[in-house]
Amino acid sequence: MNVFRVAPPPRSPWHGRPARLVDVEPEAPGVATYRFDCGGPFHFAPGQFNMLHLPGIGAAAISISSAPDAATVGHTVRAVGNVTHALARLRPGAGVFLRGPWGKPWPLDALCDRDVVLVAGGVGLASLRSAIVAVGRRRGDFGRIRLLVGGRAPADLLYAREYPAWVRADIDIRTIVDRPAAGWPGPAGLVTDLLAGLDFDPRRTSLLCCGPEPMMRAVAAAGRARGLAATDIFLSLERNMACAAGLCGLCQFGPTFVCRDGPVFSHDRIAPFLAVRHL
Amino acid sequence: MSCSAAIGPPQWLAKPDFQAVIDALVAAGHRVVGPRVAAGAIVLDDVACVADLPAGWLDDQDGGSYRLRRDEAAGCFDHVVGPHSLKNFLFPAREPVATFIRDGAGWREQPLVPDPAPLAVLGVRGCDLAALAIQDAVFLRADVADSTYRGRRAGLFIVAVNCRRAAATCFCHSMQCGPAAGPGFDLAVTEIDDRFAIEAGTTKGAALLAAVATRATLTPCTPADTAAVRDVPQALGRWMHSRQAMPGAAAPRSLDTTDIRDLLFGNLEHPHWAAIADRCLACGNCTLVCPTCFCHSVEDVPDLSGDRATLERRWASCFTLDHAHMHGGGPRPTTASRYRQWLTHKLAGWIDQFGTSGCTGCGRCITWCPVGIDLTAEVAAIRAADARP
Ligand SMILES: Cc1cc2nc3c(=O)[nH]c(=O)nc-3n(C[C@H](O)[C@H](O)[C@H](O)COP(=O)(O)OP(=O)(O)OC[C@H]3O[C@@H](n4cnc5c(N)ncnc54)[C@H](O)[C@@H]3O)c2cc1C
Ligand code: SF4
Ligand code: SF4
Ligand code: FES
Repeated sequence: MNVFRVAPPPRSPWHGRPARLVDVEPEAPGVATYRFDCGGPFHFAPGQFNMLHLPGIGAAAISISSAPDAATVGHTVRAVGNVTHALARLRPGAGVFLRGPWGKPWPLDALCDRDVVLVAGGVGLASLRSAIVAVGRRRGDFGRIRLLVGGRAPADLLYAREYPAWVRADIDIRTIVDRPAAGWPGPAGLVTDLLAGLDFDPRRTSLLCCGPEPMMRAVAAAGRARGLAATDIFLSLERNMACAAGLCGLCQFGPTFVCRDGPVFSHDRIAPFLAVRHL
Repeated sequence: MSCSAAIGPPQWLAKPDFQAVIDALVAAGHRVVGPRVAAGAIVLDDVACVADLPAGWLDDQDGGSYRLRRDEAAGCFDHVVGPHSLKNFLFPAREPVATFIRDGAGWREQPLVPDPAPLAVLGVRGCDLAALAIQDAVFLRADVADSTYRGRRAGLFIVAVNCRRAAATCFCHSMQCGPAAGPGFDLAVTEIDDRFAIEAGTTKGAALLAAVATRATLTPCTPADTAAVRDVPQALGRWMHSRQAMPGAAAPRSLDTTDIRDLLFGNLEHPHWAAIADRCLACGNCTLVCPTCFCHSVEDVPDLSGDRATLERRWASCFTLDHAHMHGGGPRPTTASRYRQWLTHKLAGWIDQFGTSGCTGCGRCITWCPVGIDLTAEVAAIRAADARP
């Protein structure tokens, strides 16, 4: 055992690990998973994120979607702006910096023996994917696991090719879309409709949710209405970020820094602030 | 209260001999900056000699107004704070925080060029020492640190001043940040008649004082002198607490900080936010002059060849619409929501984040607001109509 603990030197928020793009897997229109090789293991906990830095272009906060022990770091990204569009133009072999991991992860250890409802909207499933894989590996530690996925159209549902493996891990998956295409076998509507139709015991269930903020508000409200404690509901918030380390101030939400105090928050911590418009 | 942050008794230094302090700092390799009159205001700029200091100048400040006037009786430091603070030097409005050069298909970090000389700042007041401690709490955490700030902060030498005059915009007494210079200074001066009482607050300051002693005469203060020196800022503090106007001096402002965090977070939907927004231009001047505001964005600036990229940090303000822009729009589209962010962050959220208020009572945001919005009055208005159940 190490008797003398030397405090690690402070981290610089602006310097990351050099990483090379290994390959790109299209997931949905405008969305792809990018796998990066950092030349060694990259330790993180599901729910944490990196600042994906393309020098000369910019940096964006992106959840780590790969399994915690995967050889490469996976990021599933929707191209919406400066960095994410430039990323979509990168070729395998290109170099980037991964600044991270940052942020509070999903509280998986606290969910032992509990039933878990995972609720994802759109690209929000990226943040939950590494949790799903991690939970699947320790499946016996948890009770029932249900995954509710909402998307705009069937083509927007991420990771559909992995559903069979998740089902084999005894994860009950339900999907819903706003705009069903011809031949869509599932229901049409919002992910809150799936939650409304789900039976669960609020005393032994925890809910993890990641998606657009209005959807997360609705899911949290529905969960509370069904008897879930605010301390058993976890949301992963999104705000603009530059440093991811509590320095730049951009990500503030009420008294919190989303980068450092979140992005995963228990609902009791943020409910009074989530209720206020334009905070 | 007679506590002092000094480590030894003060000593008298004739005013012209303050040159020895400047010279000793220069000899120790410092760039020396201090208050100077420029473009109708007292700003912080390079100081080479005692005559550069604004002796004989006073600043009249009030909501939305700043005027310099001559007063032959005024000392070198009888003006109060101008638009600049230590923030302009330790956390400048624009600066590179990292550079990268292309290396094959990837990139390699390049070390930054360090500052040529460590900084010494003259005339730092209690409120600005408090602001420095507040910015330290932001930028110098044990787990994360900004290397540019850390580097400059390590070399910083502070010559503080104990105030003997306050402007109408000052309320440091309410925030417990002044008017006496609190801990954190290397040297502090108190101006009395034609002399300075000078004292060290750190061993670095004591060493500099020893260097001053080789260039000028330092005379120890008697116990009675020391008591008189200590009473200079304390007398000012008593007057500030009394809130009485005096001939030639409007009463300073004050801010009731009782329960202020819960007062503000409990009134996020108060109608007064919209009433302020009717006057607020959302120009962001308050955040620019505030010595504690730390928000910044970081832009990647490529050079023309595209082979070199600089990460450039720029001050950001919660008053701009693109502050914290996101896909689907920024979080605070209205002026009311942006003013609310500023005030609740400064006076409430900061307490959660850093265990201290983000306001030192320096009054800059009141003076430099083009329409004279006064946070002390806005908090009082919310307190008077507290809408909490
Ligand atoms: C913790 C966290 C995890 C995240 N995880 C993921 C993830 O796994 N996958 C994913 O795809 N996304 C994720 N995001 C979201 C991602 O960080 C944002 O979409 C990010 O803005 C993309 O960066 P960009 O440079 O491509 O876009 P930007 O160029 O920043 O543009 C984003 C949006 O802002 C608008 N905009 C740009 N500049 C301005 C301006 N000056 N003023 C106003 N509007 C402007 C653009 O039009 C666009 O709509 C996450 C965010 C957070 C906080
Ligand atoms: S909020 Fe205003 S009075 Fe307070 S420290 Fe900032 S500029 Fe000074
Ligand atoms: S959020 Fe506004 S008030 Fe707070 S530090 Fe940033 S600019 Fe200043
Ligand atoms: S991203 Fe900079 S403080 Fe959170």
